Amino acid sequence: MSFAELKEGERLREYLERYERTELLRFLTCGSVDDGKSTLIGRLLHDTGRIYEDHLAALERDSKVHGTTGGGLDLALATDGLKAEREQGITIDVAWRYFATNTRSFIIADCPGHEQYTRNMATGASHCQLAISLIDARKGVTTQTRRHAFIASLLGIRHVVAAVNKMDLVGWSEDRFREIEREFFLYCQRLGISEPAAVPISALQGDNVVRRGTNSPWYAGPPVLELLESVPVDRPSPDAPFRMPVQCVIRPDLDFRGFAGQIAGGSVKPGDRVRVLPSGRESRVVRIARAQEDGGDLPYAAAPQSVVLTLADEVDCSRGDVICCVGDDPAVTLGIECDVVWMQEQPLVPGQRYLLRTGTKTTPCTVRRVRWLLDVDTLETSPAESLRMNEIGRVQLECEERVVVDGYRDCHATGALVLVDRLTNATSGAGMVRLPTEIGARRAHWETQAAETLERADAKPSLVTAEERERRWRHAPRTVLIYGPPKSGKTRAALELERQLFDAGAAVVVLDGQALRRGVSKDLGFSDEDRSENLRRAAEIAKLLNDQGFTVILAMVAPDPAARARARALIGEGRWEERGMGVASSPEH
Amino acid sequence: MSPTLSHLDELEAEAIQILRETAASFERPVLMYSIGKDSTVLLHLALKAFWPGKPPFPLLHIDTTWKFREMIAFRDETARRLGLDLRVHTNQEGLAQGVNPFASGSKVHTDVMKTQALRQALDMWKFDAAIGGARRDEEKSRAKERVFSFRDRHHRWDPKNQRPELWNLFNTRINQGESIRVFPMSNWTELDVWLYIWKHGLPVVPLYLAKPRPVVERGGTLIMVDDHRMPLEPGEKPRMVSVRFRTLGCYPLSGAVESEADTLDKVIEEMLRAKTSERQGRLIDHDQSGSMEEKKREGYF
Ligand SMILES: Nc1nc2c(ncn2[C@@H]2O[C@H](COP(=O)(O)OP(=O)(O)OP(=O)(O)O)[C@@H](O)[C@H]2O)c(=O)[nH]1
Ligand SMILES: [Mg+2]
Repeated sequence: MSFAELKEGERLREYLERYERTELLRFLTCGSVDDGKSTLIGRLLHDTGRIYEDHLAALERDSKVHGTTGGGLDLALATDGLKAEREQGITIDVAWRYFATNTRSFIIADCPGHEQYTRNMATGASHCQLAISLIDARKGVTTQTRRHAFIASLLGIRHVVAAVNKMDLVGWSEDRFREIEREFFLYCQRLGISEPAAVPISALQGDNVVRRGTNSPWYAGPPVLELLESVPVDRPSPDAPFRMPVQCVIRPDLDFRGFAGQIAGGSVKPGDRVRVLPSGRESRVVRIARAQEDGGDLPYAAAPQSVVLTLADEVDCSRGDVICCVGDDPAVTLGIECDVVWMQEQPLVPGQRYLLRTGTKTTPCTVRRVRWLLDVDTLETSPAESLRMNEIGRVQLECEERVVVDGYRDCHATGALVLVDRLTNATSGAGMVRLPTEIGARRAHWETQAAETLERADAKPSLVTAEERERRWRHAPRTVLIYGPPKSGKTRAALELERQLFDAGAAVVVLDGQALRRGVSKDLGFSDEDRSENLRRAAEIAKLLNDQGFTVILAMVAPDPAARARARALIGEGRWEERGMGVASSPEH
Repeated sequence: MSPTLSHLDELEAEAIQILRETAASFERPVLMYSIGKDSTVLLHLALKAFWPGKPPFPLLHIDTTWKFREMIAFRDETARRLGLDLRVHTNQEGLAQGVNPFASGSKVHTDVMKTQALRQALDMWKFDAAIGGARRDEEKSRAKERVFSFRDRHHRWDPKNQRPELWNLFNTRINQGESIRVFPMSNWTELDVWLYIWKHGLPVVPLYLAKPRPVVERGGTLIMVDDHRMPLEPGEKPRMVSVRFRTLGCYPLSGAVESEADTLDKVIEEMLRAKTSERQGRLIDHDQSGSMEEKKREGYF
C-alpha cells in the first residue's frame, strides 16, 4: 500500500527483483513555520494512494477535532503524530515516512519549521540527499527559509526544490511566483547549489504535487513527484579512499580476530594493504568474513556495507581506530577546525569542554576559538565570542586524544562530528570538519598541474606579437584587482576605472566576482576555500585576456592575502596591481 | 566492480551498525524478543552482526501468559536451536491480582502485564539498553522516535525533548538509572520485513500463514480461541475459519484476517494488495486516540 503495486500476473520473485533495483532517495521538507511542509507530505501520500483506509478514516476523524482546515481533510495530521503537535497545529519533531512508486523508494523526513526546533531539522537533513524548501507565496523567502537552505547545503545536500506553496491564496499569480523563484535561486547560487528547481503548488488543493494543476497554465515544468522521481541520486563512490571506523573486535575464540565496522568511504577487497590509524601500523586484509549460510566470505565490499575484516598481522586495533587504505591518508590530529550548528540553550564558548564524537571515537575536547559567526541572510561572516542556540559558525577544537578525520566534503562519515555536554549528556552541537588539505587538494586548483597534452597544444605562437598588440591599443595590458568585503563599493570603483581607461583608448574589460558565479564558478560557495578558487579562476581568465592585449579589472571579495599573492604570481608582478576597499567586516583580514 | 547495494542490503547494513554500537557502548544491553516477524528479523540481524561470535546480550521476552501457544513453542525452539540466553519475565503481582484481558480490559492488561512487567524486568536485571524491533512506519508516534531513544529513571519517553540525532553518530551517554531504547529497524517497512524473511528463508511462527482455526467474532473482529480461558457467550460456538495474523500479540487482543494464503509468497502478495494497515487488527491500539504515544510515554515499547 505504501509500496509499489504488484502488477497483474507478476511473480513475487520478479517483484522483489524490481523492488531491489528501485533507487532509494531520502529527502526532507524544510522552510518557515506554517508554510505547508506537513500538508505537502500528506498530499503526496494521499494523491499517490499511499494512505491505508483505516488511517484515512482516522485522519478524517482527527481533522474534525484538531484540523486547521475547517473540518475538511487536514493532511498535515498524517505526519504530525504527537499530541502536542496536533493540539498546536505545528510540527515539533521530524516525522519519518516511507513510500515507493514504480520508479523509486522514498524515505521522507517531514521537518519542523519553527526556529526553536532547528536542531530537529538538522537531524532530518543529515540523513537526506534532497531538500524540498517550502515557501509561502504570500510571505516569500524569509530568514528561516534561508537558514534551512543553508543548513541543508552545509550538511552536503546538493539538490534543492523550492515548492512555492499556497498559490491559491495569491490568485496563482505568475509574477509572484517568478519573483520568489528569482530570489530563491539567487540565494541557492550563492550557496553553490547548482541546479535548483521551483514548482508553484497548492498543497491544500493538490495542484502540481502529484498531478499537474489547471490553475497554472504558465508553468511548463514537472509536478513535485515527477521531480522526486527523476533527480539524480548522489551515491558514495566506491573509488573514494577506503575508510572503516572500527566499532568492535569480534573474537569468539583464539583463532579468529575480526574488526567489525561499517565502511565509511571507498571499497575494500582481500589482499588490499591497509593502515590502522592513529597508530599508523600497516597490514593486509585477509578476509571479508561472512557466514557460510549467508553466502560465505565476500570478494569485495563498499560503503555503506557493514563488514568484518581480518588482517594478516597481529596489529593493535580496537574501537575508535580507523582502518584506511595506504596513501590518501585522512588527517590524524589533535586540533580540528569545523563548521558548527549549535543546538543547545547554553552557548558554545571558548574554554568549554565537551565530549567529541567522530567515527567510533569519543574523546574530551576543548573549544579553542570561535573564528566567525555566519549570517544566514547575507552569508557574511563576522567575528564572534560564542555561538548561541541555532547559530552557525566556524570553530577550532582541541582534542585530548588524536582523532582521525577527513574533510566533510571528502567523506561525510569520517568528516562529521557531534559535541556532547559532559554533565547533561545532551547532544549540543553538530560539526563538519574543514581541512586545509581538503581546501588545497579539492577546491582550489592553484597547485594542480595542467594536463600535458593541453600544454603542448598551447605552445603554438600567435601570429600577432605582444608588441603589435601594444602598439594597436596604445598601452601595456595589466590586471587590476579591486577587492574588499561585500557592499564596500568594489563594483562601482571597477566600473569607474573602466570608463576612465576606455576613454583613454584602452581595450579594457571588467570581471565581477558575482558575474563569474553565475557561470564559470557556479559550483562554488562562499567559504574561504571557495572564494580562493573563484579568485584563481578570475586570475586565469585575466591572464588569457592580458595575453591578448586586454586590460582586466577584477572586482572580487578576495579576503585571503595568500590567495591574492598567488593571483599576483600567476599574472606576473609587472602586470599586477591591487586596491583594497575598506576591509572592515571580515574577521580575519 | 561496484555493485550498488540494494535497498534491503542498505537497511541491513544500517541495522547491523546500530546493533554493534549498542553492544560496544552499553554495559548491559538486552534484545527484546517478542517472537513476531520483526523480532525474527531483528534476531537474525543480531546473529549476523556478531558472527562468528554470538550476540553479546541476552534475549528478553515479556510473557503476559496470554500469548498464542504456538508463539511460546516457537520461542523456546528458537532459543534452543541457536543456543541463546533467553530470559522470560511475567509480572507476578499482576498475575496474582488476576489481571487479564477479559476481566480487566485491554488497557489495564497491557499496562500491568506488558508496560509494568517490562519496567520490572529492566530494573531487575539492570539493563541499560533495550533493543527492539519497532519500525517508524507502524504508527504515527513511532514515526517521530529516534533510533537511540532516551528514557529517564522512570522509563519515560519525552517526545517533545528528544536528543538531536545526526548521521550515524549516536549519543549513547546516560547517567545511572537512565536507559536507552534502541530501534535498529527504524527505517524498515512491513514490506521490507517480509521480503527479508522471504529472501533469507527465515522461519516464522505458523500463525502468519492461513489455516482453519477456531474463531469467534468480537466487535467486528475475529478472535482465535487459543485455549479454554476464552469466555464464550451462552450458546456461542467457535467457528472454523481459514485465518492468518498480520501481527501477533496476546491472542484475545489480536484480530485475525480471513485468508487462504497458506504460503509465505501468498501472504506477501496479499499484503501488497491490502487496503488497511497491519495494526488495524490490534485492539490495544484503539483504546483512545494518541494511545500509542501515551503508552510509550509510560515506558511501553
Ligand atoms: N490556502 C492554503 N493553505 C495551505 C496550503 N498548504 C498548507 N496550508 C495550510 O497552512 C497551515 C500550515 O500547514 P502545515 O502543513 O501544518 O505547515 P508546516 O510547514 O508543516 O508547519 P510547521 O511544520 O509547524 O513548520 C495549515 O492550516 C494548512 O492547511 C495551501 O496550499 N493553500
Ligand atoms: Mg509541519
